This record gives sequence, structure tokens and C-alpha cells, in this order.
Amino acid sequence: MKVRARDPKEAWKEDFESSPVRDDGIETSTISGIPLKPLYTADDLPRRSEEMPGQFPYTRGIHPSGYRGRLWTMRQFSGFATAEETNRRYKYLLANGQTGLSVAFDMPTLMGQDSDAPTSRGEIGHCGVAIDSLADMETLFGGIPLADITTSMTINSPAAILLCMYIAVAEEQGVPASKLGGTLQNDILKEFIAQKEFIFPPGPSMRLVVDSIEYCAKEVPQWNTISISGYHIREAGSTAVQELAFTLADGMAYVDACIERGMRIDDFAPRLSFFFDAHIDFFEEIAKFRAARRIWARWMRERYGAQSERSWKLRFHTQTAGVSLTAQQPELNIARTAIEALAAVLGGTQSLHTNAMDEVLALPTDKSARIALRTQQLLAYESGAANTIDPLGGSYFIEALTDEMERQAEIYFKRIEELGGVIPAIEASFFQKEIADSAFRYQRELEQKQRIMIGVNDFKVDEEAPIEILRIDPRLEAEQVARVREVRRKRDQARCSNALTALRKAAAGTDNLMPYILEAVRAYATEGEIMNTLIEVFGIYTEQAVV
Amino acid sequence: MAGFTGAPGTGKSTLVDGLVALLRKQESSVAVLATDPNSPFTGGAILGDRIRMQRHALDPKVFIRSMGARGHLGGLSLATREAIRLLGAFGFDEVILETVGVGQSELEVAAVADTTVVVLTPNLGDGVQMIKAGILEIADIFVVNKADLEGHGRVVTELRSMLSLAPKGSWKPPILATVAARQEGLEELWAAVLAHREHLESSGRAGELAEQRLKDETAEVAAEIARNRVRRALDEDSDLAGRLLKEGTPYNTAEEILDRGPQR
Amino acid sequence: MSPTAVRPVRIIVAKVGLDGHDRGVKVVARALRDAGYEVIYTGLRQTPEMVVDAALQEDAQVIGLSIHSGAHMTLFPAVVQELKRRKATDIVVFGGGIIPDDDIAALKKQGVEKLFTPGTPLQEIVDWLRQRFPDGAP
Repeated sequence: MKVRARDPKEAWKEDFESSPVRDDGIETSTISGIPLKPLYTADDLPRRSEEMPGQFPYTRGIHPSGYRGRLWTMRQFSGFATAEETNRRYKYLLANGQTGLSVAFDMPTLMGQDSDAPTSRGEIGHCGVAIDSLADMETLFGGIPLADITTSMTINSPAAILLCMYIAVAEEQGVPASKLGGTLQNDILKEFIAQKEFIFPPGPSMRLVVDSIEYCAKEVPQWNTISISGYHIREAGSTAVQELAFTLADGMAYVDACIERGMRIDDFAPRLSFFFDAHIDFFEEIAKFRAARRIWARWMRERYGAQSERSWKLRFHTQTAGVSLTAQQPELNIARTAIEALAAVLGGTQSLHTNAMDEVLALPTDKSARIALRTQQLLAYESGAANTIDPLGGSYFIEALTDEMERQAEIYFKRIEELGGVIPAIEASFFQKEIADSAFRYQRELEQKQRIMIGVNDFKVDEEAPIEILRIDPRLEAEQVARVREVRRKRDQARCSNALTALRKAAAGTDNLMPYILEAVRAYATEGEIMNTLIEVFGIYTEQAVV
Repeated sequence: MAGFTGAPGTGKSTLVDGLVALLRKQESSVAVLATDPNSPFTGGAILGDRIRMQRHALDPKVFIRSMGARGHLGGLSLATREAIRLLGAFGFDEVILETVGVGQSELEVAAVADTTVVVLTPNLGDGVQMIKAGILEIADIFVVNKADLEGHGRVVTELRSMLSLAPKGSWKPPILATVAARQEGLEELWAAVLAHREHLESSGRAGELAEQRLKDETAEVAAEIARNRVRRALDEDSDLAGRLLKEGTPYNTAEEILDRGPQR
Repeated sequence: MSPTAVRPVRIIVAKVGLDGHDRGVKVVARALRDAGYEVIYTGLRQTPEMVVDAALQEDAQVIGLSIHSGAHMTLFPAVVQELKRRKATDIVVFGGGIIPDDDIAALKKQGVEKLFTPGTPLQEIVDWLRQRFPDGAP
């Protein structure tokens, strides 16, 4: 009897369609809603010549040697209570193998307020370290040689001030600014869009960002002047495509602003960096990172005419997704974080923060912070994930998904352009509405169990033993208040007052404000005093909120 | 009092916010009634005008009340008229009504306000022709907000030509340009409101309007009472409801219910 | 039943203090609207005085606060205090955010009626409001 050989693909299709299908109602699209096929084959591989790591457009990575050359930086975001406590935690983490510092500031500091401001009451030290003046910064980095480490500072509206404080501390250690390495988040556009830590209106805010980029290009050339962020956009509820598109659009807005200032693109673009989320939908995240590199490289070379390879290479930090963590059965968060961290590594991140399991409830304890760090070390040294460059390159699925994310991002770029650019789009609440809609849609999917969060809407446990969490001693608040008042008492009043006057005058003009801020910082002007001086000139921004 | 109406997205809240600032500078106390539509299905609403007027938070001379249209097809609930009366009685120098131009709400506003201001913007899509019938008749003042946008001139021109064809009254509605986000044109706008107010007084229209409003409101209240009576009857009297469904006679059924009088 | 037959319960939702994370409060606002409530979102960076003043002007029955900054032990009681000062203690205070269990117990003792922790389904919030106000606004 002759049996006609079936075409394997058709055979599979028939077999699949006659196989039982799970009927649990759970979505098979990505968490962002991109529909997925059950199977990808060679037919799904995009037609293009083979891409190589370290070669334009860098889909497979910006370095020819990937992690074989150098592992990603294990950079755990950290900070709480006072500079003294945080200094202790930094030394603990460095001793345990962390390779770079990352500073978390408290709400008043993030919002440019001194600890003794009336609106700082109750807010001090809870979500980061309280820094009111250079004095606190000196304590924060006491005994930590700034020449030997790199530091990332997560701060936006007052970013220029904190950078100046860092430079001043380094000066005191005898380290010239030209030797300093690190990153400043300094991404004000995403504040208007997602995190809402804006103070000044968009115009002056952008001016400050460009001032810092311009200053660093000359004086602090090893510093990453900005960390153009998608993390906050994603955490606010956007999809992965929106995170990708809005972040890169913001990046282009910064490039435009610097070019308008008269800078040459190759003078500043190499020091722009990015910051993405690593969410729980594993493959979508890997595709997102690869698409990001490809899109940025293309735009930098083709649209902006950047000549230097260093301008084309998108470098990024990743943090595992805070919103994916649960308060219920929190130990599971260790597993979630591991999956997300693996996605970031397979996506080629330059630096990584892994969340601790208790972060839904509070800042991490020593133990949970250590587990989070160890998770990265596990990936680096035990799992083999770092042994091959872009190991998922060539996967039918990953390549198809990378292309799809790129395609969808380009659609958003057009829409933003039609609205007149990022800032007009912000003022039209375009991003905010997209994000709010995505957030609501996801919540509805969760409530209808089309998406599952273990412990939250399925696989629940009735009684849970409470886990030990970090508590900020409320007495620290009074101590910090006393400290800032002490600084104000003890400083050279004339020098401080002159510095602030000069700053006010410069703010009303067009000078680069960095040198003026640096002088005010050296004179122990407090962060709040510097910010208030700028507010007098720039004004305060009120958002047109959309629900 | 002045009523502001216009399609969503025309910047009415920002405009009213700016006017409140202006009035406060002149040391007047202001009450704002802002109406948003309720969902006809769930009855719920996000009342989003207050958040546009944040700068007046904690100013004791500014009172803001957000109201849902509460299923009232015209966009204003019955409570609005009461509220306006109360606010006047409480001694606010100025009362401003703001409502979204959906359904028949422009007509509603006109029936309630002394001066009706219709707000438009340049990006109207299909142009001024799309403006609903009735607007030309009821507007005492036209405002083209977001005047910094392209197409502003065209809107003004089209409005002017439409107005020239409309029947003439004793008041010629001015067409004003504002950029509410930048506080531009607001003084001229308020001056126009005052001018209209002056016109109403001097022409005797103010009294006529007040009378007409009381009559209208009485009719509205009657309609609401009747509506509630009918709904309640149909809910509670299953025979009646059954007959209605079988015979399909809404007019007869309604008459029957109203003839019954108030149910205790 | 006609939507005008029962007066909708009016709810002020707000973010008090410096915290700008508004994803949750916006999602909750939409859910409350879909459940038939009249919701007034007063925005970011509200002080306790602003929130209470808005609640009074709007004749709201409920105030909902969202706090992720760790400042809840200061800010919730401050709102309750302000309601006392303005003689409006009939207004119900509830909220959500990053609030450890021990703190929930303490805040309830201080007059916060209900706190919803991360992962709470929206329906649970709606159900609680429905049983709290079964006949609509008083």
C-alpha cells in the first residue's frame, strides 16, 4: 500500500487542529496584546541578510563579544532613611559583589524639597535616602572611592543639583570630574508622561536637561547624562510596544533639543543611555530589547546622520517589573524576578537591577536584597545564559516578534509626529491616555481571569504568615530635619546667598546653569533653596490630568 | 449668570478656570457649576472639571460643584436650576455654568443662563457646518478657543457668514478669540459678558427671561414628576405593564397613569 | 430602573502627598464610574485640607486616597483630623496603596474605614461600597 508522504508543515497543522485545546480562557497573546501563533517556523523568519553582534543595526547586541567580553553590571537600586544608613547598605552590597551603585532618593528629595518643608512631613526616608545638601551627599559616599565605582542616580527634576553634589563630593576626594563614571536619570519627559515628578514646565525642564548634557560633554565626558526611561511608562500601565515607542520617541526629542542648542550629535549621543522594564512575558521582553537597538541605530544613522558608531549603539539598564510582584505569597516574587532578569540578559542589557521579594510591601530587608543580587549572580555564573551572544537570535519566533514590535513602534512614531512631536503630544495628553487605557484593559483582563497573577486571582492561599519587612524609624525624620537646619546655620551665608542670586539671574538668561548650581552646592545651599530659586524664574507645572 | 457650552475638547474648563482667576483678581467671589454626562447605562460619571481648576483650591471665595447630568437628556439635571438659585442666594458675585455640548445641552444652558457662551475650536474636523442646529440662535457670545491653532481664521470667517444669514435680533453676538491656556482674550470675553448683561437689563429682556425660565422650570419639574410616576407605575403594577406589552399602547397607558394622580 | 431614581453616591478620589503613582487611582476611578458612582478625581499633590474642602463643596459621601510613598501613617490620619475640624465626620474615608498589614489595623483605629491592598480586585471595592451605601446617597 502506498502512503503519500505528508508535507511536515501541513501535517503539523492538521495534527494541531485535531488536538485538544486548553479551555481555561487564558489569553494566548502577549501581555501587551500581540497575538501569537502556536508555532513559528522558517517561513516566519524575516528575509534579511544575517545580522551580527557589534554590527549595525546591533539587533544582536552592541558589542562583538557580548557577555564573553564583560558581564552586565549588577546594579541594585538602593536607598532609604538617612545617608548614614544608606552608606552602610552600599558598603554591604559592594562587599557582596555588587559592581555599581544606584541611588534611590526619598520623595522630598525627588520633588526638590528640603526635609523641613511642611509638605515633607511623613514622607522622609520612606522610598529612598533623604539628601538635603552637600553634607548629606558627603555622608552617603563616605569611605566609598568615587574614582573606582560608577554610580547611577535616579532623580529627575532636581537631577542637575544631585549631579553637582556628586561632582563636589568627588572634588573633595581629589577625583576630577573628568574621571567620574555613572548615570543620571534626568529624563523629564517621562515624568510628564508617567511618573509625575515634574516641577517646572516642559520648556525650562528641557533646558536644564540640555544644560546638563552640554556641560558633561565637556567636563564629565565619561558620565551617562541621561537614562531615557521606559520603565516608569511600563509600570504606569503601558504595553511593551508603547514602552518601546514612547521611550525612543522621548530619546529623539532630547536629541532634537540638543541639536537645537547647537551641539553636534556625535558629541553627545554616545552618552545617552536608556532604561527599560523587564516584565513577566518572557519572549516579548527579549524581542523588545532587540527591536530597541535596531530602531535607535537606524534613526541615529539615517535620520540624524550620526557618524560615530558610538552614537548608533543603544545602551540600556533594566529593572525587573515592580508591577509584576505580588503581596500574596511573596516568595514567588523571587521566581518572577529570576524569569524577568533572564529575559533582560537574553536581551543583552548592559546593567541590571533585580527586585527583592518584599518590595510590594516595603523597601527590601538586607536578606531579601541579598537574594535579589544572588539571582543575578546565579544567571551569570550558573545558568550558562552569558556564554553565547544573543542566544535566541535566529529563533523563528523571536525574530518574527522583534520585527513585529519594530513595526508597531514605527506606527506610534508617526502618530506622535502628527501631533507635532513629544511635547505637544504630552500637552494633548496623548501618552497619558494610551497608558491609562492599557492599564484599565489589563485590569479588566485580570478580573476576568484572561490573565493570571498567581496568588492574586488564582492559586490563592487563605492564611499567610506575614513576612518581616523593613521599617523606617520615624525618629529619623526629626533627625534629618535637625540636620538640614544645622547645615543652614553653619554655612558661609554670604557665599550661599551670592550663589543663589547668581543662579536666579542666570536662570532668567540663557547661560548653562550647571556651573551656577555647582557653586550653590559647594556653598551648601540646600536642594530646596536651589529649586525654589529656579521655581521663581521657571514657575510650576500643573498637569491637565486625564483619567 | 453665564453659561458656557461646547463640544468636548474645546477647552471650556480651562477657559472657565481662567475667568475665575480674572474675577478673583477683581475681588469677586465665584461659584462654578460644572456638568458632565452620566453614563446612560450605569448612571456613573467621572466629573472631570474640578481638576482643571486646581489653582483655586482652598480659595474661600471660589466654590466649585461638579454635577452629573443624571440621565437628563438635555445634559443638565433638574438640580442645576435649584443649585443656581441657591448659589445666588449665598451671595456669590458671579455664578458660572459649564456643560459639555452633547445632546440638547446647548438649548438647556440657554434656558438657564442669562448669557450663553458657545465655545468652539479650530480643529472641528468637518468645519463649522457640523455645528448643530440651534447653536446660532442660542449663542449670545461665540468664543473660538485655542486661537493659536491653525484654522482659527477659517472658523471665524465661517461663523460670521453663518451669522449673517441668521435672523437678526437686537443683540449681535460677538465672535471672540481666546487662548485659554495662556490667559489670552479672557478680559475681552468677560467684557462681552458684562455688555450682554447690560443689554438684557436695558432692553427689559432680563425680566422676560426670568419669567420664561420659571415657567420652563415648572414644566421641567412637571415632566420629571410625570416621568417618575410612569416608571413607578410600570414597575409596580404588573397588570398595567402586561397590558402595555400585549397591546402596545404607550399613549393610552401614559394617560391612564397620569389620570390616576399621585400614588401614596 | 431609571438612573435618576436613586441619588448616586459621590466619591472624591485623590492622591495626597508627594507620591505621583496614579495608575491605581485612575483604574479605580473608572471602575467606580462603571459601577454607577459619580467620581471626582482631584489629582496629584493634594493636601488633606484640599481633599476635605473638595469633598465638602462636592457634597461627597466618600473620600478615597491612594498612597504608595510610605507616608500613609501621616497622611490618612491628617485627612481624618481635617474632617473632624470641618465637622464632616460622616464622610467615609477609604484607600489603597502600599500599606503593610500592621499599619492597616492602626489606621482603622484612627477612623479609616477600609483599606485595599495590592492585588484587590476592583469588584471587591465596588461590592464594599454597595453594601456600605445600599440605598444610594443619603
